[in-house]
Amino acid sequence: MRARAKDVALSALLLVVGRRKRPRLRRGEHERIVPEQPPDAGGELLAIALLAASALCAIAFVAFYALDRLPNQTQLLGGALGLCFCFLAAALIVTAKRIVVSEQIEHEYPLEEHPHEQETVVQIVEESGDRLTRRRLFKLALFGAGGALGVALLTPAASLGPILDVDPFYGTPWRRGRRLVDGTGKPYRAADVEEGTFYTAFPEGADREELGASVVLVRLAEDELTLPPALARYPAEGIVAYSKICTHAGCAISLYRTPLFAPTEPGPALVCPCHYSTFNVADGGSVEFGPAGRKLPMLPLAIDGRGHLRAAGNFDEPVGPSWWGVRNRSAKP
Amino acid sequence: MSVRRPATLTTLLTSCCLAVPGPAAPAEGGLVQRGKDLYGQYCVACHGANGSGVAQTRPKRIGGGPLRLQAQQEGVAPPLRGVGALAADFYLTTGYMPLQHVGLQPRRSRVLLTSGQIRALVAYVASLGKGPPIPKPHPERGSLAEGMRAFTDHCAGCHQVVAEGGYVTGAVPPPLEDATPTQIAEAVRIGPYVMPSFSVRAISDRELDSIIRYVQYAKHPDDRGGWAIGHVGPVPEGLVAWLIGMAVLIAVCVVIGERLKHEG
Amino acid sequence: MIRRAVRFVDQRSGGAPLVRKALRYVFPDHWSFLLGEVALYAFVVLVATGTYLAFFYQDGTAVVHYRGPYPPLRGEEVTEAYRSVLDISFSVKAGLLIRQTHHWAADVFIAAIFVHLLRVFFTGAYRKPRELTYWLGVTMLVVALLEGYLGYSLVDDLLSGMGLAIGYAVVLSIPFVGANLAELIWGGPFPGKHEFFARMYVLHVFLIPILIAVLLAAHLALVALRHHTQFRGERRQTERKIVGLPLYPAYTPRSLGLFSAVAGVLFLLGGLVQINPIWLWGPYHTYSSTNGAQPDWYLGWLIGALRLVPGWDFTVGHYTLVPNPFWGGAAFPLVVFAFLYFWPSLERRFSGDVRYHNLLERPRDAPGRTAIGMGVLTWTSFVFFAGASDRVDVLFGLSYTAQIWTYRVLVWVLPVVVGAVSYRVCVELQRGELVEHERKRAEAEARAARGAA
Repeated sequence: MRARAKDVALSALLLVVGRRKRPRLRRGEHERIVPEQPPDAGGELLAIALLAASALCAIAFVAFYALDRLPNQTQLLGGALGLCFCFLAAALIVTAKRIVVSEQIEHEYPLEEHPHEQETVVQIVEESGDRLTRRRLFKLALFGAGGALGVALLTPAASLGPILDVDPFYGTPWRRGRRLVDGTGKPYRAADVEEGTFYTAFPEGADREELGASVVLVRLAEDELTLPPALARYPAEGIVAYSKICTHAGCAISLYRTPLFAPTEPGPALVCPCHYSTFNVADGGSVEFGPAGRKLPMLPLAIDGRGHLRAAGNFDEPVGPSWWGVRNRSAKP
Repeated sequence: MSVRRPATLTTLLTSCCLAVPGPAAPAEGGLVQRGKDLYGQYCVACHGANGSGVAQTRPKRIGGGPLRLQAQQEGVAPPLRGVGALAADFYLTTGYMPLQHVGLQPRRSRVLLTSGQIRALVAYVASLGKGPPIPKPHPERGSLAEGMRAFTDHCAGCHQVVAEGGYVTGAVPPPLEDATPTQIAEAVRIGPYVMPSFSVRAISDRELDSIIRYVQYAKHPDDRGGWAIGHVGPVPEGLVAWLIGMAVLIAVCVVIGERLKHEG
Repeated sequence: MIRRAVRFVDQRSGGAPLVRKALRYVFPDHWSFLLGEVALYAFVVLVATGTYLAFFYQDGTAVVHYRGPYPPLRGEEVTEAYRSVLDISFSVKAGLLIRQTHHWAADVFIAAIFVHLLRVFFTGAYRKPRELTYWLGVTMLVVALLEGYLGYSLVDDLLSGMGLAIGYAVVLSIPFVGANLAELIWGGPFPGKHEFFARMYVLHVFLIPILIAVLLAAHLALVALRHHTQFRGERRQTERKIVGLPLYPAYTPRSLGLFSAVAGVLFLLGGLVQINPIWLWGPYHTYSSTNGAQPDWYLGWLIGALRLVPGWDFTVGHYTLVPNPFWGGAAFPLVVFAFLYFWPSLERRFSGDVRYHNLLERPRDAPGRTAIGMGVLTWTSFVFFAGASDRVDVLFGLSYTAQIWTYRVLVWVLPVVVGAVSYRVCVELQRGELVEHERKRAEAEARAARGAA
């Protein structure tokens, strides 16, 4: 047993401090391919030290992983693994620069082209087709079949979605008489909608994630409104509702700019945080600034007997970003 | 339902003409008087005598150049009747007021008044008409989850989802890292500059507590991923990818690719 | 022992001649030739970390109530996808490290491709016979952009959800067929069918990585077959003779060292610098948004373009021929990529140079190419910078609207100016070198004359 331990200790010691003599050229062998270069003991030790450091970091990583509830665990894990790789990188670079033989070799670039083989290939192809009498027809048939097969194989891709029916783009979940509710489902009462505040409303019972669902509610003083005749009946007591989805690129319009003191501050507007399209709330949603090419769709409102806000119809325009047919017709239920 | 802001110029001018000096509250007579003196020093040029507001600058022919600036600082500003201690406390403790220049967005700045002076001014403004008192929020009673949801719904569009501030056409909603719970409560109720205001009907006191609790959290959010680089997402991330990531890797390439010394 | 292994392989594959050739394959040494490898190794890290993430990610859009350990989201309605990424970040050990490393690797991958592209372009490495290699590379860049976009959109957080809506708007804005194409991709109007996330998932995890791998293999094979280009650093380096390091033993540790360095930097970033903290953003809803939302850096040129284009929807009667987002979101990148693809052919046409090239040119040696390249680079870069102008307003107080108007002018004027200046600089540098060369020759002659006398 003791002899065994002594052997192990001796081997370990030899491993660390022992160095091999450089082998001389063996008799009867070819000339060297890889040139000879003197050794670099310092470089070797440096590389070995770096490798040892790398190994330690790897062990640290495993240790950090195993320990539960370590604070900053992500930082410790990343630091350990990252440093492990960095030490390994350093070791390899030292190896490259100081340990392996540094040599420059020359080589010829490959031939630009192989005219003889090119000709042979062409000849093979041409001679193979010699037997054909109806060359053009055959080629047509071949490509025709291939093309048709390609189209056939691509056809099931159409099941990925409706392609031809663009009706859904015009639809919204709003109907005449549908109540406006907040995020928790509570209906909005007109009296609760105050000036200077903005509210988000949805159609009662509808999927809130549909683009056509969310609207922004704001109340303006009646004499602030400058609506065109077509939209004059849309507000209810000065409360106006606009689609919350920007007509530029579909982000939710969650900024309401409303001046505390109008004479020295910018006027009321709904602004989109993505590209800052700015919509005037008093004139039906026209674009004041920004890249939106279309005004903000407006929802007509009515107040029912209990004072709750209800839609009086659908938006005046389709909601969301524009497409080819967006101005073809108004939004439909 | 209360109308929040002056509707027309005529109404403003009329109210100016009918201005009646506000009575000083008898119990704090000294404080209010001191406040009135300070008001005369710092506020009357824009906000008018007795907080009546100034509708338009009196056209003074005083030539061009630097004197024109003087005319502008005697500017247009809203009346302070009925804004209460809440508004006065907010604008003064944040340094929003005094405003350097009419038309500028009020911003958090060094507060030049002492806290005693501020208390006096607040008392004076509160005496100008019945208005809301300084709020006493209780963020510890609020719910963090409710606060995050409410903040995202009402505030993130302008202030960014972790309150790092943002942009709206014509103004810069500020980051909220220096806002105290009282100031947050005040700002929500006032709606300074172009910020919407939210009364108790729109955001209840309980919901406001939750929002404030969330804003407090957002000042030091969970950054378990490491250095937070500003909590605003891809812009600083891209800077790090280039200025740290690529810079280091290009340096490594230069070290590795160092040309060997050659003969001839 | 080495002999036994080599014998084993050669007897079973006949591969010894190939290995012998490969071991002494020549790599010309210049640091800028390593940039492509940086991208390659970043891709390796992406695949490794991505595979790990794919085991934990769920692509479902069913709405659940979050019951995990992060308090501000408790009870919130989130999709399964978002919740699975929250779980990776909070509940899977080392999950956040792998996730962040993956995201940093994506950012660095595309940055490295870009820098590699700059080197290839400005040294003329794309010329005959390497056009095919170059086109494969540009294609990989395009595919990588899409892959990154899909990757961070899979998380369904507030920021990336907003980005998906914008992507939808760009597709929608394609003239005539936009709506149909959007329906095909999303299965209907945004936010689309539940299967949409499965589509993104399959593309991001399976189809596109395979595509990149195939393109990459072809790209590397072509580089090896035609051998790498070189600078004329020494006189013996010519169009016919390549000088450099052998693959083994010199180049192998260098290459492995670079791989380790890339992995090291990426894991250090992944552990030490937070990226995409989705728990702070919250889940995406079509009716929610936040200020300061941006796409990842490599799509910043598109948000800049979308913000710069003024508000026109180009209509003819009732038909909206070209909705606004098309210009910034589709036409602009199309023009840039078309330039990249067609440039080798354009250069051949206009310079008349149809020869075979193995030697690289320094930028100054090709003033026309450098000027045009700098012009296009300036154009793209300034559109890119415009995309962050709102944060510049928040930080430095520079009016956003003023910046937008300035950029609108700058992006057309500056490229011309920079191109002209670059041209002049190249010509002057060449002239300077010629003068130096003449001077040295005269001195040598004078010395020889004195020596003879």
